[in-house]
Amino acid sequence: MRSLRLRLFAILLAATGIVWVAAVVWIYVGSRDEVEHVLDTRLQEAARMVASLASGLDNLPGNSVPAAAQPLGSYERQLSCQIWSLDGRMVAKSSGAPDQQLSPAASGFSDRIIDGEPWRVFSVEDADHNLRVMVGDRVGLRERLVTDLIKGLMLPALLIAPLLGAAIWASVGQGLRPLRQMAQDLGTREPDDMRQVETERAPAEVRPLALALNGLLSRVEAARRHEREVTAFAAHELRTPLAGLKTQAQVALAADDPQVVRGALEQIVTAVDRSTRLVRQLLTIARLDSDAVDAPLAPVAVGPILEEIVAATPRHERTTVTIDAGVRTMVLNTNAECLQLALRNLHENAVQHTREGRVVWSAGKNAIAIEDEGPGIPPEELDQIGKRFFRGRLRSPIGSGLGLAIVKLALAKVGAKLTISNREGRRGTRSELTFDI
Amino acid sequence: MRILVVEDDPILSDGLRAGLSLTGATVDAVATCEDADNALSTTRYSAVVLDIMLPDGSGLDLLRRLRGRQDATPVLLLTARDSVGDKVSGLDSGADDYLAKPFDLDELAARLRAIVRREGGRAGPTMTYGAIVLSPADLSATVSGEPINLSRREFAILAALMERPEQVRSRAELEERLYGWQEDVESNAVEVHIHNLRNKIGRDAIQTLRGVGYRMGTVR
Repeated sequence: MRSLRLRLFAILLAATGIVWVAAVVWIYVGSRDEVEHVLDTRLQEAARMVASLASGLDNLPGNSVPAAAQPLGSYERQLSCQIWSLDGRMVAKSSGAPDQQLSPAASGFSDRIIDGEPWRVFSVEDADHNLRVMVGDRVGLRERLVTDLIKGLMLPALLIAPLLGAAIWASVGQGLRPLRQMAQDLGTREPDDMRQVETERAPAEVRPLALALNGLLSRVEAARRHEREVTAFAAHELRTPLAGLKTQAQVALAADDPQVVRGALEQIVTAVDRSTRLVRQLLTIARLDSDAVDAPLAPVAVGPILEEIVAATPRHERTTVTIDAGVRTMVLNTNAECLQLALRNLHENAVQHTREGRVVWSAGKNAIAIEDEGPGIPPEELDQIGKRFFRGRLRSPIGSGLGLAIVKLALAKVGAKLTISNREGRRGTRSELTFDI
Repeated sequence: MRILVVEDDPILSDGLRAGLSLTGATVDAVATCEDADNALSTTRYSAVVLDIMLPDGSGLDLLRRLRGRQDATPVLLLTARDSVGDKVSGLDSGADDYLAKPFDLDELAARLRAIVRREGGRAGPTMTYGAIVLSPADLSATVSGEPINLSRREFAILAALMERPEQVRSRAELEERLYGWQEDVESNAVEVHIHNLRNKIGRDAIQTLRGVGYRMGTVR
């Protein structure tokens, strides 16, 4: 059921109905037993009374006074009485009593069918006076008594039922008002209104929902702020190279000195190379972001990929790159493209920052690490690296601030993890890739 | 004009240095707030070209520190952000002008000349002393309406002396105006330039005060 109100209404109505039916059944059974008991006692007493009266009379008339037929509808003349002699002769009977003997039993209770109707009879035998008194009533009458009692109870209840339903409907509506109010409050908000939902006064049942909503609002707000930051950084990172290109081009146009012209043109070539790399990285990020890269896992030999990257990446003259044997022979169950993106960006970072020294690739258990001898990362920047366009204080002049973001995205696709730390006891950075096997 | 460029992008910084040099300015370039602070506290600059996003902080903070020291050096902000809010906060932080990247080199140079001129208390585009008229926009000079040919450095020395004609400028002061950090100063360079200037604008146009420096003299 879609509506909470309808659902609550149905549940409450069903519960009330069940309680009512149970109560009716209980009252019915209880009343029937009680009525049975009372009427049985009355039969017994009446029979004894008649017996004691009859024992005082010597000459009982041999026939009875015929009685006018009574409609079954009323409770009058419920009891019928017969007095028989012990030899089987009817001595007397009350008006309305059947002619047939009420009970064959000598004494005590018995149930009989007389003229197609069930009867309950109590017999008393008085051997001294040669009498047998039988008092009985129709079981149908008894049933009617109980039924009338239940009807008397049910009628007002049925009349009240619609009122009760309306009251439940209204109460449920009232009980759900805080929810409705919250929905109204949220529904009328401006799209950029990220204020937290009021939780102090919210009912206990609604509070978890409100808190969850607030959590979501905070996350959305953080994501939006991050997006704005990224846009600002992107603007800077894209416009600065353009400004450099334009300035150098204008220098080349304006200068007379051929050496200055040549210098400016060389700078333009470098700027175009850098911008090309920036665009390539932006496209890579966009592709990884859009989930267009399906990254099926397969066994990948790390060695050839890494050797190709190392060969293709320029480095400072006095920097050496070593690939340990463990890495050369390593085979990982991962995605070749994602692995290549991660390895290339990490390698580029390492060789760009190592002006002089060793860059070493080594293997661990399901892990690859690269260590450089660059300046390292200022500790206060460690938790910021990997954010898009973030470039630290010790930035390389040709970085884009996107490399580590690409590494993280690519590794996330294949379920691998990146850990970056400063090397212990010496200068440089250590980046480690850990693969889930 | 001696200009400090605070810009961390090496290609743009190099372009600014080369481009502003073409307009007759002497340019020092730094890439961080820290270096800029040091440069500004040791050298007097005619103007500063300041990028906002720097590796070790915001150019705006640097600007506020500068103004906090009561330093009135004209500052032109360069930034990739060009929303109105960014421009307002830049100007309100004490900047004299604002240019969004990418910009036109000629416009940058013109704006720099304008803010330098205003800082010197001049509103017009030319500097005049007697019959001498200097036009910093195109590095041209005339004496009594006759154009004279000045080299970039000669122009710079004459402009420095004409900024406050009654004030004596020491040799070191003039050298500072002429040479950036990277350039080697020849020991008698200033004397050579003064000598050439006198040949072009008149013997008495520049006075020498022995052991003190130079100032403007009488122009025929």
